[in-house]
Amino acid sequence: MRIGIDVGGTNTDAALLGDDDRVISAAKSPTTPDITSGVTAAIRALDPPVDQVSAVMIGTTHFLNALIEGARLAPVAAVRLGLPATAALPPMTDWPERQRAAVGGHGYLCHGGREFDGRPLSPLDPDELRRTAADIAAKGLRSVAISSVFSPVAEDDERRAAEILRAELGDGVHLSLSHELGRIGLLARENATIVNAALRDLATHIVESFGKALAEVSVTAPFFLSQNDGTLMDVDFARTYPVATFASGPTNSMRGAAFLSGLADCAVVDVGGTTADVGILQGGFPREAAGESEAAGIRTNFRIPDVLSLGIGGGSLVGDDGETGPRSVGYRLTEEALVFGGATLTATDLAVAAGRADIGDASRVAHLDREFVDRALARIAERLAESVDRMRTSAAPLPVVAVGGGSVLVPEALPGFDDVRLPGNFGVANAVGAAIAQVGGEVDRVFQVPDGKRESVLAQAREEAVGRAEDAGARRGTVRVVDIEEVPLAYLPGGATRIRVKAVGDLDLNHIKTGAARHA
Amino acid sequence: MREITLDNLDDIARGAGILGTGGGGDPYIGKLLAREAIRRNGPVRVVDIDEVPADATVVPVSGMGAPTVLLERVPNGGEELAALRALEKHLGRPATHIAPIEVGGVNSMLPIACAAEAGLPIVDGDAMGRAFPEAQMVLPGLIGVSNSPMALADDKGSTIIVEAVDNHAAEAIARAVCVELGCQISCADTVLRGDQLADGLVPATLTLAENLGAAVRAARAEHSDPVAAAVTMLDGVPLLTGKVVDVSRRTEGGFARGRARIEGTGADTGRVLELDFQNEHLLATRDGVTVATTPDLICVLDSETGEPVTTEGLRYGLRVSVLAARCDPRWTSPGGLALAGPRYFGYETDYLPFGS
Repeated sequence: MRIGIDVGGTNTDAALLGDDDRVISAAKSPTTPDITSGVTAAIRALDPPVDQVSAVMIGTTHFLNALIEGARLAPVAAVRLGLPATAALPPMTDWPERQRAAVGGHGYLCHGGREFDGRPLSPLDPDELRRTAADIAAKGLRSVAISSVFSPVAEDDERRAAEILRAELGDGVHLSLSHELGRIGLLARENATIVNAALRDLATHIVESFGKALAEVSVTAPFFLSQNDGTLMDVDFARTYPVATFASGPTNSMRGAAFLSGLADCAVVDVGGTTADVGILQGGFPREAAGESEAAGIRTNFRIPDVLSLGIGGGSLVGDDGETGPRSVGYRLTEEALVFGGATLTATDLAVAAGRADIGDASRVAHLDREFVDRALARIAERLAESVDRMRTSAAPLPVVAVGGGSVLVPEALPGFDDVRLPGNFGVANAVGAAIAQVGGEVDRVFQVPDGKRESVLAQAREEAVGRAEDAGARRGTVRVVDIEEVPLAYLPGGATRIRVKAVGDLDLNHIKTGAARHA
Repeated sequence: MREITLDNLDDIARGAGILGTGGGGDPYIGKLLAREAIRRNGPVRVVDIDEVPADATVVPVSGMGAPTVLLERVPNGGEELAALRALEKHLGRPATHIAPIEVGGVNSMLPIACAAEAGLPIVDGDAMGRAFPEAQMVLPGLIGVSNSPMALADDKGSTIIVEAVDNHAAEAIARAVCVELGCQISCADTVLRGDQLADGLVPATLTLAENLGAAVRAARAEHSDPVAAAVTMLDGVPLLTGKVVDVSRRTEGGFARGRARIEGTGADTGRVLELDFQNEHLLATRDGVTVATTPDLICVLDSETGEPVTTEGLRYGLRVSVLAARCDPRWTSPGGLALAGPRYFGYETDYLPFGS
């Protein structure tokens, strides 16, 4: 059995899944500031046979929230290897002031780095790094982010710089290396590395808290955290790479929706209290947004799900004209909605009045004009359908899966979409999504592709991605390549091509238990 | 616009990205470089073409290389100025004005950064009125202005002067140097006298870029259609709104070529637009019929935001609007089409003015 937990800003959701992947029980409890009590409450509500639980998977927004608030972040030394290039834009040039101040704004430009084809850009200078270390020590910084130009092509300089800095600063220093975190695009990768370095202390604290919470309810199984792409990381990895959890919320929700409905290719409409988020599942994974993304106003290069949000949720206000949202009563739904004795007409009231949902006291909405209710609900359906239509990429019939607390607003068929599914346990799709997560590996770097060698280069990239998934704890034989992208570098002869390959496989618990899992 | 400041830089970058017709790379790095240069040195003065004295020495500066490399090997910051200084030394006289060689992506921003660093005014115009991939594809070439002498500079302090037999040879030499030096160099070339600007540059394109960027921003702020605002500003025609359903890319002759297939949505449901690109969008074929070709501008915008989409940014699932706008009329002369018409890029079709 496995337990999936999603620690959101408001609620902590939990689901217990059997070895046959059936949902045995589900629970919701309020998220608490101390982390542990919300998690223990959710697990107790599940009432699992603790000795039969083989793994616990946790999705959390803690790290993203810490960055957004600019709180609980450690000061960081951002060391960049690339002089004389890159001097025009030192580390954190484009950061919002709050986050920059929170991490201290300490940037160091040093020599090192590579050209696009792996040739040295400039030689690494050990003396320069020792002087840098002295300044880092003088400032009392204990977490260092190292980013080297073209480290996704050749990582050696980052590793050598890390050795030199560790020798100077001692074993207690945290080192985050950019090639382990991101892809081509120096500033975005460096930003992710700095954020990661700033979160290392918090990661240790949060991982310990989760461990304590599980111990309190006598769960001894290993636990894992959800990553942005819907795959898992183990505890060591989470302590080292907390930044990889940032977009796990929507990813888990969409993957959970697909799983609960038994569909791998579908549209997912996740209706919460304030918004409805529409995304597309392809082969069981969310379609990712194009281009670079921002987290708390900082440009990063994480792949995040392509989600279209519209202001329709269970708590949305309904106007006299029958239009719903974007304003919402949010978490005050249970005080302000008519069915709960409040004075505000909300979307949830419409669903109850139409007999679609049994929430609160239906007699309090009996006075509503039925024609008005039907018209307002039809308008909601129309707008949801428009959003799904905008997200889909072919005219082929596309099933729609509705999840989330507000999914009572989604009718059995939407205009243009006959196949709408409302799976059981829709309220805890995100916890289910965490529980079913797989283990992944990815390669993203520039390869030289000589004429006629494309197939063998692609095969090499696939092999590397599969190997990384296996190293990360995927069971041999279950790993498959789920995405390949090739982009020849423009304006360049010589076949330099950026290749990205992503592979995923099932979690191998034996592999994890023997401690064999180590991450590249 | 009399000055480029921190306040109008974003609009210029956005507008130039649209005019860049998919080329020139992500303007993000360029915009940061220009912003930091303006922060250090103050705003950049902008002068109209007819304000420039007849004997002025106007030097277009630009970056050459792979946009992906620029994203990784961020510049040192002194490269454009180094190229400019090398060219001035070779010419034996100082530059009086900076000009953009093209509007589009990074190369709309680098001359602004250089002008700020050099303390020189920038001319409101450029040598293409859009973006093209090769150094000889500039209007001054049509009036006999050579792109040599050409000064090249890297981020380590090396400079090279190219005196080539013709503009195509200069492009070939510069390209080879560029690859050897890590695929990102800076260029100062195609020196113009003040009295050559009227015939050699497309006028007021910085102003157009700013107005275009501002129109898209304003439309977004008032929740109206940013794509429609761009079409109006460019006096263009919308070709199709839809979703990218396929992108195939290949490298040929040192250039990234490819084709994207966009299936119509909304009012365009059932229609298909195929977009051929070689760094820039060059050919638009709708339902099997060619509807727009280079040197006219084929611009791809994000349907929601109106932000420009580069050829590297074209991705499966992206929701885009494609529009066509007229190029400068000098490009449709026989000489202009020989430099940048569809046949130069290897397409078996003649220039077709859109809407005809």
